[in-house]
Amino acid sequence: MAAMMKAFPQRLVDLMFLRAVSTSSMGTLPKRVKIVEVGPRDGLQNEKNIVPTPVKIKLIDMLSETGLSVIEATSFVSPKWVPQMADHTEVLKGIQKFPGINYPVLVPNLKGFEAAYVSCVLGCPYEGKISPAKVAEVAKKLYSMGCYEISLGDTIGVGTPGTMKDMLSTVMQEVPLAALAVHCHDTYGQALANTLMALQMGVSVVDSSVAGLGGCPYAQGALGNLATEDLVYMLEGLGIHTGVNLQKLLEAGNFICQALNRKTGSKVAQATCKL
Amino acid sequence: MGNVPSAVKHCLSYQQLLREHLWIGDSVAGALDPAQETSQSSGLPEFVKIVEVGPRDGLQNEKVIVPTDIKIEFINRLSQTGLSVIEVTSFVSSRWVPQVAAGATEISVFGAASESFSKKNINCSIEESMGKFEEVVKSARHMNIPVRGYVSCALGCPYEGSITPQKVTEVSKRLYGMGCYEISLGDTIGVGTPGSMKRMLESVMKEIPPGALAVHCHDTYGQALANILTALQMGINVVDSAVSGLGGCPYAKGASGNVATEDLIYMLNGLGLNTGVNLHKVMEAGDFICKAVNKTTNSKVAQASFNA
Repeated sequence: MAAMMKAFPQRLVDLMFLRAVSTSSMGTLPKRVKIVEVGPRDGLQNEKNIVPTPVKIKLIDMLSETGLSVIEATSFVSPKWVPQMADHTEVLKGIQKFPGINYPVLVPNLKGFEAAYVSCVLGCPYEGKISPAKVAEVAKKLYSMGCYEISLGDTIGVGTPGTMKDMLSTVMQEVPLAALAVHCHDTYGQALANTLMALQMGVSVVDSSVAGLGGCPYAQGALGNLATEDLVYMLEGLGIHTGVNLQKLLEAGNFICQALNRKTGSKVAQATCKL
Repeated sequence: MGNVPSAVKHCLSYQQLLREHLWIGDSVAGALDPAQETSQSSGLPEFVKIVEVGPRDGLQNEKVIVPTDIKIEFINRLSQTGLSVIEVTSFVSSRWVPQVAAGATEISVFGAASESFSKKNINCSIEESMGKFEEVVKSARHMNIPVRGYVSCALGCPYEGSITPQKVTEVSKRLYGMGCYEISLGDTIGVGTPGSMKRMLESVMKEIPPGALAVHCHDTYGQALANILTALQMGINVVDSAVSGLGGCPYAKGASGNVATEDLIYMLNGLGLNTGVNLHKVMEAGDFICKAVNKTTNSKVAQASFNA
């Protein structure tokens, strides 16, 4: 199981999110959810076509206007391994940095007060099933090292609401709810249902990707990330505050899909497309 | 290879992974790791009946007209999957006796929770439609033919916008009261979210026992599985779906429609709920019909599995 670190230019631990702990399978939903937009990094990294730097910058700028408070901008990894992120310095220099918005960058092997990402929490392409106890062990280690947020990733999207619940129940015993986020992949269409389950258990930070950018590298032709538009649609319907303007988000998604010459992975975008 | 890491090549072949390590085949109720929670303790129903609407609802909303022999082959394949209910066709004329003569053993009537939708869709008001349905149901019951009632626009209407749970309850109660054995509550334009699903069901369940209710969710806004999960948590155990997610949404051009049976089964299997349906066989039927109508599947499970 891999763990990646995110470095934040400024440390922002938001204590304003109200949270309620679930007491039944229905649970009490959080009043606010923080959406971590991973499209420009996780999303683009897993797209076949290399995206020019100005397009990346424009995408991030458009996302900055939607109300999103966290936008994963790029990744400082070797260009040999991840050519899509080779322009990380130019991207960071080129984007407009709005006050109140975090633009985390993914960095391998950095210690300190950071956010962390744990892969394969609901299944692994090499090992198959992963025990909740193992996920809790890794999450606990990262948390005790000082990471303020642990994003639990269903890397190959095999999870279902039952396994999500089992995994979270175990992890929650070791890491406070406030420090947990979920990162669901939609490879089997389960992402939103899994995210709903996480919310019912009190998780209030969710990773998603505009237009559902990013395929699943382990299943060719399969979908990857949960589409931010579809997530916002659900949260709005539930009366949960996100701060995000869905219309502006749809525009950003439309922009990047045209630039990538691909269809959107968001059903909300498909339904509202006038073409 | 672009961005894909070369490490991918060394992982388990995807098909192998899914069959041996995960639950993509039959439901694993009973075969689960004993440490895992069972459906009973999670508040979910033990058994979920899937009502397969692909051959009717699905194909009806596909642009390509499907030849009869293909339809028959399609239904025959579905019959081998373990599905216990397959909606086969539709006789839209009000004179329905020929259907029975043709061998129909169950019929459905379609009401709506929206006046505008009722008028536009079936050319009469809700009240008028109830009158017609009463006649149909009465005759059907005389012939011992069960009748299923559908309520469209249960979570929203393309003409009126939001629909009150009270209206849905009123219409459902009428259909149930006249003798429909099951009421399928349809989110016709897929606008519902878990919150509106919950509120609507809370209202309907005050008047109709959960055992007589089903949900028919459209995936137009990607909300179907989340809405279905909510319904299951509330005690509903009958779900409508269409293999390959057949059938677009006629009200939103380019949008998707029915929830894909494959994706539904995947979720139910993962939850340890018994459906009696073999996912592999459903996927094969889905592959067959998609090739026949020359379209890409709307099922994510199928996309992930066939392209691996």
